Amino acid sequence: MKELKVDPIKNGTVIDHIPAGRVQRVLAILKPRATDVVMMGMNFSSKAMKKKDIIKIEGRELTQNEVNSIALVAPAAKVSIIRDFKVAQKSRVEIPSCIEGLVSCPNPKCITNAEPMMTIFNLVDSSSRDLACQYCERVFTADEMTHI
Amino acid sequence: MKHLISMRDLSADKTLQLLKLAERLEKDPSQIDLSRRVMAAMFYEASTRTRMSFESAMKRLGGEVIGMVGTSGTSVEKGETLADTAKIMARYSDIIVMRHPMEGAARYVSEQVDIPVVNAGDGANQHPTQSLLDLYTILKSQGTLKNLKLALVGDLKYGRTVHSLAYALAPFKPTFYFVSPKSLKMPAHILSDLTQKGVSFKEKTTIENIIPEIDIMYVTRIQRERFPDREEYEKVKNAYIITAKLLTKAKDNMKVLHPLPRVNEITTDVDSTKYAYYFDQAENGVYMRQAILATLLGEAK
Repeated sequence: MKELKVDPIKNGTVIDHIPAGRVQRVLAILKPRATDVVMMGMNFSSKAMKKKDIIKIEGRELTQNEVNSIALVAPAAKVSIIRDFKVAQKSRVEIPSCIEGLVSCPNPKCITNAEPMMTIFNLVDSSSRDLACQYCERVFTADEMTHI
Repeated sequence: MKHLISMRDLSADKTLQLLKLAERLEKDPSQIDLSRRVMAAMFYEASTRTRMSFESAMKRLGGEVIGMVGTSGTSVEKGETLADTAKIMARYSDIIVMRHPMEGAARYVSEQVDIPVVNAGDGANQHPTQSLLDLYTILKSQGTLKNLKLALVGDLKYGRTVHSLAYALAPFKPTFYFVSPKSLKMPAHILSDLTQKGVSFKEKTTIENIIPEIDIMYVTRIQRERFPDREEYEKVKNAYIITAKLLTKAKDNMKVLHPLPRVNEITTDVDSTKYAYYFDQAENGVYMRQAILATLLGEAK
């Protein structure tokens, strides 16, 4: 039988192939509630990535928007929805073409940092992970972004 | 076209329509009547030229102007949000013209109100009415926008005017000379965008040798307020001084442009030469802004 470092979950979500060291940034996006059961693994060995992080959340199925926002920090992540101990759905994350209200603009002179308003970023092109602020028009890489 | 926020939003067709309307309005402003229309000027930063040229444009077409310059004594000082101030202005007027120090402020306001919004400068980001009046000036002085050789001189790193102008001219197959001190070069991302658009350019640190080749010399002020470091500013502030003597080898059609105010980068002896065109450029701002106001107010015929 395959050795499992953490317990399998009955219902919920598994996020695998998170780059090692980024698990906390992914958690910051998911903002688990105080009652959520969350298992977090760091620096597991991986054939493809050498080292990887992993998160399992019991009793919560992530929405597509939540899944996609993970793509900003973990572009190669794989998300599995688990129902009754079985993988019901498996998907790769994908940066959406428009990201609303999720990350703040790194430009201190941007109006989004001065007014009570939502940020909007548009993906510059699908091959890159560069995002353009709808307001100040500056372009940033996904790694420069801070989640709100 | 509902608003004018960024040159990025403006198609080449729309740009040409605005240029044509400006030309018509210069010849005969009586063809457009903006009487009983009110323009609200929301200027969160001091500006003389842009604000007064908008006011002149509106008034010469029969319209009225209300507004504020600076936030002193206004509801903004009491802590009112930009959105609230704009929504109130929208109840008092038919079009908002705004300048704000924060980048993206005009786009945000355009999403908050039902009336047209014109961006008259948002920090270091966009100043589309300046870009359009520059295009109009180049067109008027050369008879065409196509295949021109232009030197952009001075602060090419922080100068938003030259950035916009480079993009605005890109569809018309220009050849650019980017003349600046090494510390104020055109940003790499703009150079790579221009390369992608097939625009040819050369970077130079001196101006003398290219003067006989160019059709347009666009000079910008090296702006003290954009420098984080005073010492850096002192090193480059007098890098390019254009004098009448320097222009003796220029082509007959060559014109010197400057968004103004100038400090000392163009000496006053240039003013009386046939090359000086910066005062005409300022005047052209009125015609272009008339075209913009008329178009956004739905009165362009």
